[in-house]
Amino acid sequence: MTDPGHASAAIAVAQDVDDSRRRFLTLATAATGAVGVVFAAVPFVASWKPSERARALGAPTEVDLAQIEPGQLIVTSWRKQPIYIVRRTPEMVASLAGIAGRLKDPESRASRQPAYADNVMRSRTEEFLVLIGTCTHLGCLPKARFTPGTSAELGANWPGGFFCPCHGSRFDMAGRVFDGSPASVNLVVPPYAFAGQRMLVIGVDDAKGAA
Amino acid sequence: MPPVANSPGGASPPKPGFMGWLNKRLPVDAFVRSQLLEYFAPKNFNIWYFFGSLALLVLVMQLVTGIYLTMFYKPGEATAFDSVEFIMREVDWGWLIRYLHSTGASFFFVVVYLHMFRAMLYGSYKSPRELLWVIGMLIYLALMAEAFFGYVLPWGNMSFWGAQVIVNLFGTIPGIGPGLVEWIRGDYGIADATLNRFFALHVAAVPLALLLLVVLHLVALRQTGSNNPDGIEIKEHPGPDGRPVDGIPFHPYYTVKDVFGVGVFLTIFALVVFFAPTLGGLFLEGPNFEPANPLSTPAHIAPVWYFTPYYAILRAVPDQRMGALLMALSVAVFLFLPWLDRSKIKSIRYRPLRYRIALTLFVIAFLVLMYLGLQPAEGVYVILARIFTVIYFAFFVFMPFYTRNERGRPVPSRVTYHAH
Repeated sequence: MTDPGHASAAIAVAQDVDDSRRRFLTLATAATGAVGVVFAAVPFVASWKPSERARALGAPTEVDLAQIEPGQLIVTSWRKQPIYIVRRTPEMVASLAGIAGRLKDPESRASRQPAYADNVMRSRTEEFLVLIGTCTHLGCLPKARFTPGTSAELGANWPGGFFCPCHGSRFDMAGRVFDGSPASVNLVVPPYAFAGQRMLVIGVDDAKGAA
Repeated sequence: MPPVANSPGGASPPKPGFMGWLNKRLPVDAFVRSQLLEYFAPKNFNIWYFFGSLALLVLVMQLVTGIYLTMFYKPGEATAFDSVEFIMREVDWGWLIRYLHSTGASFFFVVVYLHMFRAMLYGSYKSPRELLWVIGMLIYLALMAEAFFGYVLPWGNMSFWGAQVIVNLFGTIPGIGPGLVEWIRGDYGIADATLNRFFALHVAAVPLALLLLVVLHLVALRQTGSNNPDGIEIKEHPGPDGRPVDGIPFHPYYTVKDVFGVGVFLTIFALVVFFAPTLGGLFLEGPNFEPANPLSTPAHIAPVWYFTPYYAILRAVPDQRMGALLMALSVAVFLFLPWLDRSKIKSIRYRPLRYRIALTLFVIAFLVLMYLGLQPAEGVYVILARIFTVIYFAFFVFMPFYTRNERGRPVPSRVTYHAH
């Protein structure tokens, strides 16, 4: 770059050109061009966002709670993500007590859940657990392993919960991750609300508008 | 490109006829002369020097077979899997074109890994060839992206879940992660939008970038000239005519040698294409013969073999953010090799024992991690993955120390060469 610089300086002197003015104009043109490039990039970058159609298809999902037996897991989907709904039995609820020492994030400090699920149960009510059914490690589907006991797969004193077959992450009956799992945070709780006695709406925080 | 028109050595009188007419308008003869006839390569190349030209061959093969596949493939959630089956069952010779492409992908990595290992054996990344190595590494990164996007296109269940795992890695970036993942996917899960953009990247954007980088790689190679198994600069020994005494014209000497290499390569390649195109699940994985199913994870997710060393490193770390970071580092660290290695000696032939041990341990770690990445992440496999991840990184982290003040065997001033 030095040679052309010297050359233009020589020309500037020879032709009595204001060199600093020329430099300013060059910089100003380059800066304006750069701003233009940024603006021109916006449509291309924004085109990758979920389309209007994808957003419309991401609308809330309704589930009839009466179909779920106590202790049963049903899987539905919202925004193409699997949603796990468990109707917890009193024994399942009891299994959540006294295991905080074996969990990575027992109080869900680093985990994602709406404010109303930011509690030990990780839910609005003790009975119904609603989770996004993808492992927080790398997005596989954890399997239901609700029977307590001891096994090779789950180790000793398994209190009941979920097991991810991909990389071996383990979660309790509130989706909280156990120590020694590759996942670092608890399963995500989606926004949801109850509409009346038997309807659950997934994807909204407040069911008034949806029900 | 170096200047090819009117090169000083080629001031021959203008030719008559068509070639004369052509050369006045396009410097064909001058180009052939400067790039092939008067491009002098060291005369002591060995078997390790086949893989650069073989990589170029595979690139061309992938472009040709890829163009033909796009004539029959239909991107899209509803059509992708069926169109691949259509190619396999109903297009005349479609199975061959697809198997050439899928086998070509794996052989691309075989050839590129051997090419990279050659550079590590003979110090080909060292001054003055640092940029040559860096451009080569960028080619490798583009190739990884190309392979990943291509793997998603058949929309089998492993395509889907592989994409899920890899795209979610970007979710571990603090702050912008979740938004970035949604932007990459264009939906709230891996979906039609994701498949279509990966198709565009696989057939247009990344191949164009690859071609540009390959041209830059060759230009940089022409600028410095090839290294050789003795790791000494042949340009430092010019003969009376100014040509390096240890150099021979690339054509015909190395074109003939490379054609022989191509013959051997294509023989092995054809054996795989015709007799074992899936290579027991290594080149094409079993679960990918089932259509993508967002609600059913394959029992055991593993990438194709060429990504497994990095995948093993990802899984070896208990914390996912650290795992993703270490995995990114395990690839990126190669970029810094020219500056981590402080030894003046290039070739392993003259480097001391400690470097030979370090390189051997690194190769073992790479291969063991490759195996572990194919195994489930449990029990002894995880412990082994942790041990070999440490060895893998130790090779690079301690390199500035164990290569400092290296005293090896005396480096000769002329290349070692025995006429056949």
